[in-house]
Amino acid sequence: MTKAAAAFGSIFAILLVQQAALAGPEEDRAAFAAYYQSRFPDIPFAEFANGIYAIDSDARAQWLEIEEFPPYEFAIEVGEAIWSEALPDGSSLGDCFQQPVEDIRTLFPRFDASRGEVVTLEVAINDCRVARDLPPLGYDSQAMISTTAYLAFEARGKILETRVSGNQLGALAAYEAGKRFYYTKRGQLNFACADCHVTSVGQYVRADRLSASLGHPTHFPVYRSKLGTMISLQQRFAGCIRDVRAKPFELQSVEYRNLEYFLNYMSNGLELNGPGARK
Amino acid sequence: MASKIKVKAKLSGDIAEIKTLMLHPMETGARKDPDTGALVPMHHITQLTLTKNGEPIVVANLSTAVAKNPYFSCKVRGAKAGDTLKISWVDNLGATDELETVLG
Amino acid sequence: MHAGRRLVLKGGIALAALVSFPRILLAAAWPDKAFSSTTAGQAMIDLLGTDQTTPSDQIRLKVPEIAENGAVVPVTISTSLENVESISIVVENNPRPLVATFEISPETLPDISSRIKMGETSDVMAVVKTDAGIFSTSKQVKVTIGGCGG
Repeated sequence: MTKAAAAFGSIFAILLVQQAALAGPEEDRAAFAAYYQSRFPDIPFAEFANGIYAIDSDARAQWLEIEEFPPYEFAIEVGEAIWSEALPDGSSLGDCFQQPVEDIRTLFPRFDASRGEVVTLEVAINDCRVARDLPPLGYDSQAMISTTAYLAFEARGKILETRVSGNQLGALAAYEAGKRFYYTKRGQLNFACADCHVTSVGQYVRADRLSASLGHPTHFPVYRSKLGTMISLQQRFAGCIRDVRAKPFELQSVEYRNLEYFLNYMSNGLELNGPGARK
Repeated sequence: MASKIKVKAKLSGDIAEIKTLMLHPMETGARKDPDTGALVPMHHITQLTLTKNGEPIVVANLSTAVAKNPYFSCKVRGAKAGDTLKISWVDNLGATDELETVLG
Repeated sequence: MHAGRRLVLKGGIALAALVSFPRILLAAAWPDKAFSSTTAGQAMIDLLGTDQTTPSDQIRLKVPEIAENGAVVPVTISTSLENVESISIVVENNPRPLVATFEISPETLPDISSRIKMGETSDVMAVVKTDAGIFSTSKQVKVTIGGCGG
């Protein structure tokens, strides 16, 4: 065999293997959804977008009362102003994305092959600001969270369609890394995300009832009654990791971005319904 | 600047259902600042007034035990399109805010 | 001058003679003493002149059984009692039990909602003052400390 043919052959083989392995995410997702549907046969698939309120009726009643006039409405207003305000060069944040505002949330998280990493909406917003010589927004700042709250609101009703594309070298690896993180035990309490949100879903951990991971990313960012402010999905990751007595990773670390990628893929098919209100 | 009072008013027949959400920290004075350890001073809306065409329909006296970003809803009879609804509050530091809306 | 003005206010006695005065919603002074009281009974005496109320099943108090979070507990109070002058919310076990008091005009339906803070499991009492007296109903709301609500 010639060298060229051999090289071609091995590249072809790698692509074939990757194609076959890509049955992975879709199979994982179907199994994930099927598990929760078998645990809660009376709950329609779409309802899982409401998290714990899909399975706890007393909590749901309180949530519906908050939704009569949810405090996140203030954040949406602030976010809209940030999104459309003129930056020093006359452009606005929207100009970086070149998409209708209602589609922007649906574009993230996504794997960027040229960077070799998962890009989240927050990272993309800061990329835009930095490209225009503006300081990046803190990932836990109300300015950033209000902006993503506005974009989440505009995207309500859109179906989550996260892509893990076989044509992008690294996308599958990032997905797999997020999946591994989800199922890895950590912290003094030695819990994996799955231990609470898969195995023990619906059960109580002291006075908190455990929600399903199916639907977790659809309703973020959320207004937390306990804090009286909004928090992002990754701040919730950090909170959970602190709760199992492990050291949280930095917001927008590669670990959290891969986890966010995996979780969004697992919730494909659900309607986006952010921002949300939680306790 | 984003408003600190939001209102939703709906007319059904001659009954106006009024819902209002106000941005306010409603500090009890018993909470410690997580960074400095010092007590955050009490700061809360003391009185909330709703008027219809200038006449008071609700006067609410509130303590620090009303939740942060207070919510209030009520219903008033004898309402019609064109009525002016006003929501105003004063807090324990003397700050005030108000919002007017016309019933549609 | 109305004879009613010479009636001494006694706890729970309807001031029938004053019914002919139009009831004015006073942008009155904030009831400082009532809000500072550390017991429900004292708060009611400071606010309404008495801690004696008539239990009424005509008051509907909607509160959760178990509060999701003590920081934001939705409360709705409505009643079919007539001529309601004020509705007050009292949380027995809060450090300062009187949470809020709402004076309503005759045109305003006695049907209000708000969101309150509760420090711990407690009876929540809705106190409705009408021209016929002071009525109440109460329900227990459980407040728990979470596990990992972060």
